[in-house]
Amino acid sequence: MRYLPLTDTDRADMLARIGVGSIDELFADIPEAARLKGLVDLPRRKGELEVERHLSRLAAKNVAAGSVPFFVGAGAYRHHVPATVDHLIQRSEFLTSYTPYQPEITQGTLQYLFEFQTQVARLTAMDVANASMYDGSTGTGEAVLMAHRVTRRTKAVLSGGLHPQYRAVVEGLSGMADDTVVALPADPTGTEDILSRIDDDTSCVVVQSPSFYGQLIDLKPIAEKAHAHGALLIAVFTEVVSLGLIEPPGAQGADIVVGEGQSLGNGLTFGGPYVGLFATRQKYVRQMPGRLCGETVDAEGRRGFVLTLSTREQHIRREKATSNICTNSGLCALAFTIHMTLLGEAGLTRLARINHANAVKLKKLLAAVPGVEVLNSAFFNEFAVALPKVADHVVEALADRGILAGVPVSRLEPRNKDLANLLVVASTEINTDEDRAAFAAALREVLA
Amino acid sequence: MTMNTQGRPTAPGEPETSFRPKTFTGNRGLDMEEPLIFEIGRTDTTGVDLDEPAEFAPELGAHARSAPIGLPGLAEPEAMRHYVRLSRNNYAIDSGLYPLGSCTMKHNPRLNEKMARLPGFGDIHPLQPLSTVRGAVELLAELGDWLMELTGTAAIALSPKAGAHGELCGMMAIKAAHTAAGRDPKIVLVPDSAHGTNPATAALLGYRVVAVDARDDGTVDVAAVRAAIAAHAGDVAAIMLTNPNTCGLFERDIVAIAEAIHATDAYFYCDGANFNAIVGKARPGDLGIDAMHINLHKTFSTPHGGGGPGSGPVVLSQRLAPFSPLPFVRKTADGPVLVETEAGLEPGERPFGRMTAFHGQMGMFVRALAYMLSHGADGLKQASEDAVLNANYVRVGLQDLMSLPFGERPCMHEVLFDDTFLKDTGVTTLDFAKAMIDEGYHPMTMYFPLVVHGAMLIEPTESESRAALDLFVATLRDLVMSAKRGETERFTGAPYLAPRRRLDETRAARAPVLTWTPPAPAEVSPQAVE
Repeated sequence: MRYLPLTDTDRADMLARIGVGSIDELFADIPEAARLKGLVDLPRRKGELEVERHLSRLAAKNVAAGSVPFFVGAGAYRHHVPATVDHLIQRSEFLTSYTPYQPEITQGTLQYLFEFQTQVARLTAMDVANASMYDGSTGTGEAVLMAHRVTRRTKAVLSGGLHPQYRAVVEGLSGMADDTVVALPADPTGTEDILSRIDDDTSCVVVQSPSFYGQLIDLKPIAEKAHAHGALLIAVFTEVVSLGLIEPPGAQGADIVVGEGQSLGNGLTFGGPYVGLFATRQKYVRQMPGRLCGETVDAEGRRGFVLTLSTREQHIRREKATSNICTNSGLCALAFTIHMTLLGEAGLTRLARINHANAVKLKKLLAAVPGVEVLNSAFFNEFAVALPKVADHVVEALADRGILAGVPVSRLEPRNKDLANLLVVASTEINTDEDRAAFAAALREVLA
Repeated sequence: MTMNTQGRPTAPGEPETSFRPKTFTGNRGLDMEEPLIFEIGRTDTTGVDLDEPAEFAPELGAHARSAPIGLPGLAEPEAMRHYVRLSRNNYAIDSGLYPLGSCTMKHNPRLNEKMARLPGFGDIHPLQPLSTVRGAVELLAELGDWLMELTGTAAIALSPKAGAHGELCGMMAIKAAHTAAGRDPKIVLVPDSAHGTNPATAALLGYRVVAVDARDDGTVDVAAVRAAIAAHAGDVAAIMLTNPNTCGLFERDIVAIAEAIHATDAYFYCDGANFNAIVGKARPGDLGIDAMHINLHKTFSTPHGGGGPGSGPVVLSQRLAPFSPLPFVRKTADGPVLVETEAGLEPGERPFGRMTAFHGQMGMFVRALAYMLSHGADGLKQASEDAVLNANYVRVGLQDLMSLPFGERPCMHEVLFDDTFLKDTGVTTLDFAKAMIDEGYHPMTMYFPLVVHGAMLIEPTESESRAALDLFVATLRDLVMSAKRGETERFTGAPYLAPRRRLDETRAARAPVLTWTPPAPAEVSPQAVE
C-alpha cells in the first residue's frame, strides 16, 4: 500500500522487538467474539489511476456551476477566487498542520488567524471576532446560545427573513435545550412587524440582512427596541461581499454578528466546508464560543501570537464551557483572509459594486418578463421573484435548457403553499450579459 | 570538506560558535520576520483586477455604507510573499513527525486534494436542482456505505461539521429517541478520561454529567457503570465512552458496559475519535454502541488545515436510525435520493431536526472516500495494524526510561507516559515538550488525559517508517538522559531554535489583544522595526 512505509520485514522485526508473536496479540483486549476474522465486505485497494477514474465518473454526473449560466444563491455564492488563494492554502505548512497548540512552531497559523479576526471585526464594525466557526448556520445557533448566557433568558425571536435552514439549526439546538424559539412567518419583502414580538422575556432577536429573500433590513430600530428590553440583536448575513457596500451591522447596533464567509476564497463544494464569521462587543468576549488568537511576546520580547482565553473552552471547562466546539475552519478562514487581503478595501468595494450592478441589471431583465414580479425594494446581489407558475417546475425546465436559475423557496419551505411560486435569484461578478440574456429569454419561453 | 558543483571548497572556515550577527531586518537568514497585513498593506492597494461597473444605479434603499472599512490590500506578489513567509513558521506533518496523541496526524495524500477539486465536486451548489447533482448524491451514499460497513451500523448522518458537532448530533438523536418513548432522563455518564467535548456536549443539551471512575489499569469497570446506573435509577440517558480510550487502551468491558446501559433503557454513545486504531479489526456496532461519530480528518486523512475544517459523520444503531437528522440519503430502486425536508419523509422516519444548513462537508467526503478506495478493505486493516505496531514500538523503545502509568501492557495506536521520570530533575512536562521542538519534532500531547499526572500521549500513526521511529526514540532517550543528568538549561529555556522563543500565554490571557490596532503616533515607523 503506497501510503504505508513499513515493509513486512520491518513488521516482523518490530513485533520481535516488542516481544509478541503476532500483530493480533496487540489487539488482545478486543473481545474475541467481536474481532473480525477476515476482511470487511468492501473492495480491495485501488491504485491512484483507478481511484481517479472512479471519482471522476461520479463527478461527471454533476453539472458544475462554472459550466452554465448560474444564478443560484440562497446562502452560498459563486465568486471568482484568485488562483493565488488555492495555491497558498495547499502549501504543506498550512494544509497539513494541526491546531496551533505549540505556538512557537505554529506562528504561521496564529498570525493569519489574528489577521482574520481583525478583518472580520472591521468588516462587521464590531470590537472582536473569533477565529471562525464551522459555518454561518451553526454560528447562528451558537450566537443564540451565547445570548441566552449573556441575558440569562431563553426566548429567541427569529425574523421571517432568516434562512430557513439556519432557522432549523437554531430550532433544533434550542428545542433540545428546552429553550423557546418564536419564528416569524416567511417575510420575502421585509415588512414583518418584529418589534411587537420583543418583550422582557426575549433574550435575542435574530435578523438576517440581506435577508434570505434578498431584502435589506434596517437593523437600527430593532436594536433599539431589543436593547430597551434588555435583549440582544443578533445580525446574520450569508453574503459577506455585501459588507463592501452596505452599512455594517456593528454600526446599526448589533450585539453579535454572525455570517457565512464562503463567498471569499472558498468554493461551493455542495455546501461545505464553509467558514463561519462571528463577532461581538468587547464586553461579551468571555461569553463568545470558539477559538481566539491573541497577541503576546516571547522570551526575547518579540511579538508573537497564541491561542488565548481558553478557560472558556471545553478542554478546560468541560461541562461549564461556553460551547462544545473544539475546532474551527482554519484552512477556510485562511482562504478567506488571503482573498480579503488580495482584494483590500478598494477591491472589496469594487467587487461589491459589480455584484450589485449585475443584480440590478438582472432584475430589470426579469421584471420585463410577462408575469414575473420582483418583490424586493432594496437588495444587494439577490432578490425574490414571484412567478406565475410553480417555481420548482420552472427551475427544472430551465435546467433542461442549460440554465441554473435560482432556488425555488419551496425547496426549503415545502409546507408553505403560499411560497410555491417564489424564486430566489442571485447574481455575482461571474455572470455576463450573455448569461443574463439567456436566463431572461429562457424564462420568457418557459412561462409562455 | 565537501565540494560544491563548481569545485570550490564550501567549508565555513574556523567555527565562530559564539558570534551571532544582530541583523538590521530582524531576519535570521531564511528565518524571516513578517509584519501583519495591517502594517504593510494600504486600503487603496488591491491584488485583484476589477473594473468599476459601467453603469451604477444602486437599489440599496438607505442602506449604503457610510464609513470606510479599514481593510488593507496587497498586490499579488506581496500577498504571495506574505503568506509564504508565514507558512514557513509552521510545523506540519509534511515536514516531520507529529506525534500529537489523539489528534492522529497521518499523511494527507494529495490525490485526495486533486479529487476534491474536480469541478463536479468542488464547483456544485448545495441548492442547484437535484437532477444536476446525481453524482454527488451517489458519493454521499457510497461514503455512507463504507462507513456503515466499517462500523457495523444501520444508519448514518453525514452532515455534522466536525467531531464535536457529531457528538452533538448523536446525543440529539438519543434525546429525541427518549422523548419519542415518553422518557426524560437527566443524567449522562462520562468517564473522567473523556475528551472535554463529551461533558460539554451533554451539558449543552441540558444533561447533568456524572463521572465514572476508571480502574487502576486505565479502563472503565463495568461494575462502576452498574453502580452509577443504580445510583441514578431510571434517570440515565446515555453513557459517553471513548474507545479506544484516551489512555491509548481498548475498553475491555465494552460489551458488558453496553449491556448494562441497554438494560436501563439508556443509549451507548461512543466517541469515535480513536476509531483509526481498530478499523478493519473490530466493528463498534458489533460491540453494542448506538451512536458514534467518525472524525474523517483523523481516521480517513483529510488534512487538519491548522485547525479544521473537520467532518464528523455519525453512525447510528437500528434503534436510533429513525431519528437521524435531515438531510439524509434514502436508497431507492432508482438509486439514492437526498431527503432534505420533513415533507419528504416516509412512515417511521422521525428526524430530530437539522445540524447545519446544506448537506455537510462534501469536500471532506470526497477526500475520505478517495482514501478509503485507495486503501481498500485490506489496506485499511493494514493501516490500523501499522498504527498500533508503531505505537507499541515506541512504547518498548522508551519504557525503561520513561514511566508508563498503567504498566508495560500493549497499547493501541497511541502510548501514554506520565512525568514520574522527570521527578526531581527540575524539568517540567512542558519544558520537556519545548525541548523536543529544538530537536525538530512537534511535541506530543501533554497534560491530557487529565486522569494521569503530567500526561504525555504519543501517537506516531501508520505513516512513520521504522527509521523515523528509531530516530524519534533515540532523540527522546537522549532528552530523558539529559534531563536526568541535570542539564536543565536545555529544557527550561526551550525552545531556543524555533521561530519564537517561549511565548507568554499568561500575558495574552490577562489583557487580551485580539485585533490589531494602529500604534500610537510617536511609534509609527515601520522601517525601524528591530
